[in-house]
Amino acid sequence: MSAVGVSEPPARTTTPEHGVTLAGVLRSEWTKLWTLRSTRWSLLFAFVAMAGLGPLVAAVQMSRWSQLQAHDRLTYDSLNTAVGGYHLSQLAIGVLGVLVISGEYSTGMIRSSLMAVPRRLPVLWSKVIVFAIVSFVLMLIASLISFYAVQAIVTQHHVQHSLGDPGALRTVIGAALFQTGLGVLCVGLGAILRNTAGGIATFVGLLFVLPGISAILPASVDNAISPYLPLSAGTTVASHTFDNPHHLTIWGGFGLFCAYAALAVVLGAVNLLRRDA
Amino acid sequence: MIEVDHVTKRYGEKVAIEDLTFRVQPGVITGFLGPNGAGKSTTMRVILGLDRADAGAATVNGRPYRDLRAPLHDVGAMLEARAIHTGRSAYNHLLAMAQTHGIARSRVTEVIEMVGLEQVARKRAGGFSLGMGQRLGIAAALLGDPEILILDEPANGLDPEGILWIRTLLKRLAAEGRTVFLSSHLMAEMAQTAEHLVVIGKGRLIADTTVSEVVAQASLGTTVRVRTPDPEGLRRALARDGVQISGRERDVLAVNGLSSAEVGEAAAAVGVVLHELVAEQASLEQAFMALTGGQVEFHAGAPSTDGTAQEVAA
Repeated sequence: MSAVGVSEPPARTTTPEHGVTLAGVLRSEWTKLWTLRSTRWSLLFAFVAMAGLGPLVAAVQMSRWSQLQAHDRLTYDSLNTAVGGYHLSQLAIGVLGVLVISGEYSTGMIRSSLMAVPRRLPVLWSKVIVFAIVSFVLMLIASLISFYAVQAIVTQHHVQHSLGDPGALRTVIGAALFQTGLGVLCVGLGAILRNTAGGIATFVGLLFVLPGISAILPASVDNAISPYLPLSAGTTVASHTFDNPHHLTIWGGFGLFCAYAALAVVLGAVNLLRRDA
Repeated sequence: MIEVDHVTKRYGEKVAIEDLTFRVQPGVITGFLGPNGAGKSTTMRVILGLDRADAGAATVNGRPYRDLRAPLHDVGAMLEARAIHTGRSAYNHLLAMAQTHGIARSRVTEVIEMVGLEQVARKRAGGFSLGMGQRLGIAAALLGDPEILILDEPANGLDPEGILWIRTLLKRLAAEGRTVFLSSHLMAEMAQTAEHLVVIGKGRLIADTTVSEVVAQASLGTTVRVRTPDPEGLRRALARDGVQISGRERDVLAVNGLSSAEVGEAAAAVGVVLHELVAEQASLEQAFMALTGGQVEFHAGAPSTDGTAQEVAA
């Protein structure tokens, strides 16, 4: 920090004009994601929650198996238990999705990002792609770990499934798919709102508050509305069996959820292009 | 070269810059001077494509910043407001910037050494002092080895050693033929760094001039203070058109419109004894105030440059 004289000249290398490429921006976003302590902790939390919550619940259930009612034993779905970790991990994924972009606005980093990539949209695309890939891979691995652990635990009462069973593989992958879509939705929310508190509040409101409001409406209204709400639409793909008969088809529900996520990203993109940074 | 062509930018009702036009030429350091809130940062943000102009256009090497294919190689910029994620280390910040352009890791290390941040490069930027933050901002600006440098108040928060360092660095960069455009609200700092000056006030162009011209303006306002036992005799000797004389104390005269040499010669010619002869030069800050103040008077529909020069001396 002390050099007063400028030692070596800044080598005016006649630069081979690299220029901005999507691959470069993707690499940059990859670096940005992993070089923040908060990101690493959030992802670790999501991973542990997704991999660990299912086996924990399964172990408790098995230990109390004899006390369960006959109906509960008959309808026990070890696949739903195996992917149940998403109830916890989704929170970390959603919050992190918002932070990926709102954190740049709160710190001013966005100005550096946009000065490097003045066309702007590649920044958003890259954030979406990188975060989607990271969420999917991590949640898929965690989901598989949870699946095998849960099946090992529930074998004692012969309620286990194998991956080859109808819908089993789809459910296990579905838990990762749902959370990937959720992550993308939340990156979109971050781009729309540019604000961490607002983004997280909106994420929680859309996913967890809307179903509560719907539930206090008359049952006929609730039954008509609730399947289309983001959480119930998105989790169809991560459900092996359904408790509530009012739900969309597996791919119809997930498709709608993806459409919500796409809408959020598109609105975020419009915002990014139009507004001053 | 940077060209700002009739740019107007409003934030809601507030006009930040209005019909601003100027050029920044390569090979010299151009200072961008104006009081706080004059619109310097806004102008830079418009040049850098961060804010969209409501009217007019700003171009860099003939193209809008947003159309540059490799912006970090064309323009290196440091904004006054921090533009760094506080949770990321200096090295990783620069690396992420470099990767967008496929700039090598070795260049990241190079710019870190260039600004003297080796010791703290792996630490979180959030813990940096103002001076370290400025150095990191300058490192980011130099990353792409750009032809053009745009720096908003680069001396802010630097200790005297740091100010000397950046002044030396900028002068060398300009000598290499680069365009250097830096803002400041301190005239004295500019006088020691810049050659050319773009002065704005309240979002409008006040002057597009050279530093030496401003210094010359300042010396126009030089007051010669002279102490003599015969003030009346000296008054008679100096009385001529364009010369103003006022007495502060009984034996002291303040003379405007003559150099100290002229006063001394005139006194010698008539045999008036002088006890003291001092040229009191108006400071650059005063010249700057006169420059910006003069513009305000001009809006009100008033005086000539002579009036301005006298005001400097007052």
